[in-house]
Amino acid sequence: MAGPSIDALGQFRLSPGLGPLGAAVNFTNSNEAMLASAAIIVVLFVLGLRSRAIVPGRLQALIELLYEFVRNMCVDTIGEEGLRFFPLVFTLFSFILLGNLLGLFPYFFAFTSHIAVTLSLALFVFVFSTGVGFYTHGFRFFKFFVPEGVPVWLLPLLVPIEIISYLSRPVSLSVRLFANMTAGHVMWEVFAGFMLLLTASFGVLGAFASVVPLGLNVALVALELLVAGLQAYVFAILTCLYLHDAVHMH
Amino acid sequence: MIRKLAFALALSMVPAAAMAEGTMPQMDFQNPLTKSQVEWMAVILVVLYLVLSRWGLPQIGNVLENRERHIASDLEAAHAAKAEADRAVAELNATMKQARDKAQADIAKAEAESKAKAFADAKVLNDKLDAQLAYSENQISEARNAALAAIKPVAADVAATLMVRLTGKAPSEATLTPEIDAALLARKAA
Repeated sequence: MAGPSIDALGQFRLSPGLGPLGAAVNFTNSNEAMLASAAIIVVLFVLGLRSRAIVPGRLQALIELLYEFVRNMCVDTIGEEGLRFFPLVFTLFSFILLGNLLGLFPYFFAFTSHIAVTLSLALFVFVFSTGVGFYTHGFRFFKFFVPEGVPVWLLPLLVPIEIISYLSRPVSLSVRLFANMTAGHVMWEVFAGFMLLLTASFGVLGAFASVVPLGLNVALVALELLVAGLQAYVFAILTCLYLHDAVHMH
Repeated sequence: MIRKLAFALALSMVPAAAMAEGTMPQMDFQNPLTKSQVEWMAVILVVLYLVLSRWGLPQIGNVLENRERHIASDLEAAHAAKAEADRAVAELNATMKQARDKAQADIAKAEAESKAKAFADAKVLNDKLDAQLAYSENQISEARNAALAAIKPVAADVAATLMVRLTGKAPSEATLTPEIDAALLARKAA
């Protein structure tokens, strides 16, 4: 008896992208989605910057909104020095946001649901912010691991804890994004699979019953939209926080 | 029916089973595509970063700055215009006040002048009337005196005639004259 089965994880499977040429250089379907995200961002900028009006149109207002949102996030979190990192934070935020949002569409690959992708991004942020810390403070940056106002005899305990918590930053940063996106997409696939299973098992009755998983999926769309925006925001604001720590050491 | 239900339940466990088997494509680090997608992501991100940081973001910044400047200059112009208007209003008020003061002064002056003139006119008229009055009174008393003087011989005549008729004897002029004068004086005083 070969009914339909739920392949909840097939959507995350990597395959060569961009035809034989892409296959030759190991370009993947995940990279296709990344390329689409980056292209959409650039196209939004091109369209939004077409008129450069004093009173902005819709697209111009959209990119101005994004610009000021990320800019304020940088300045509020890092301080005035944060403007140096604004292009970087903007790139990361817009790339992840577009990746999350594009991933919500059918047939689009959600590249932020790949731990390799999110871990690479998180490791980059980690290495970069640590580099900024050492660049700004030199070896005094090690004092970051020595909490102030703590009895000396506690330091042998606290310093390793601080170091471990610092080192766990890229893990939490990457797993948060990866797990959120993966869980949402798996749930969608499972509920959609339920509809097929119900129909295959119970015929007309099952087809009617599958309204329930369909309704759940509709509700999930709203949730996933929220998660897509929220996780991009969380990634960006944590990047800002780490950069704040690197610049101000407290 | 029960078999079908059991089958459906079993299949609903599939995703959990799939997870448990460790066949998550995300965890398949043997797959060369897992590594290559990160490499290509690095390329895409670097290009995106360069495009945004060199072109896109500065352009938006320019647009926002222009707007800021535009608004600031407009505000400044509005402030200047308001100050100008305020000054013009103050000037107008001052001019109006000046004109009103001058008009009031003119009115007061004209009033005082006309009052003085009327007073003078009245005084002249009064004097003239007084003079006329005095002259008239003079005339009257003169006429009266004349009349009184004219009455005296007539009275003497009448008195002499009366005395003749009553006594048959003409009174002497020496006794008659003082009596008549006293009677006339008494009448005049009355």
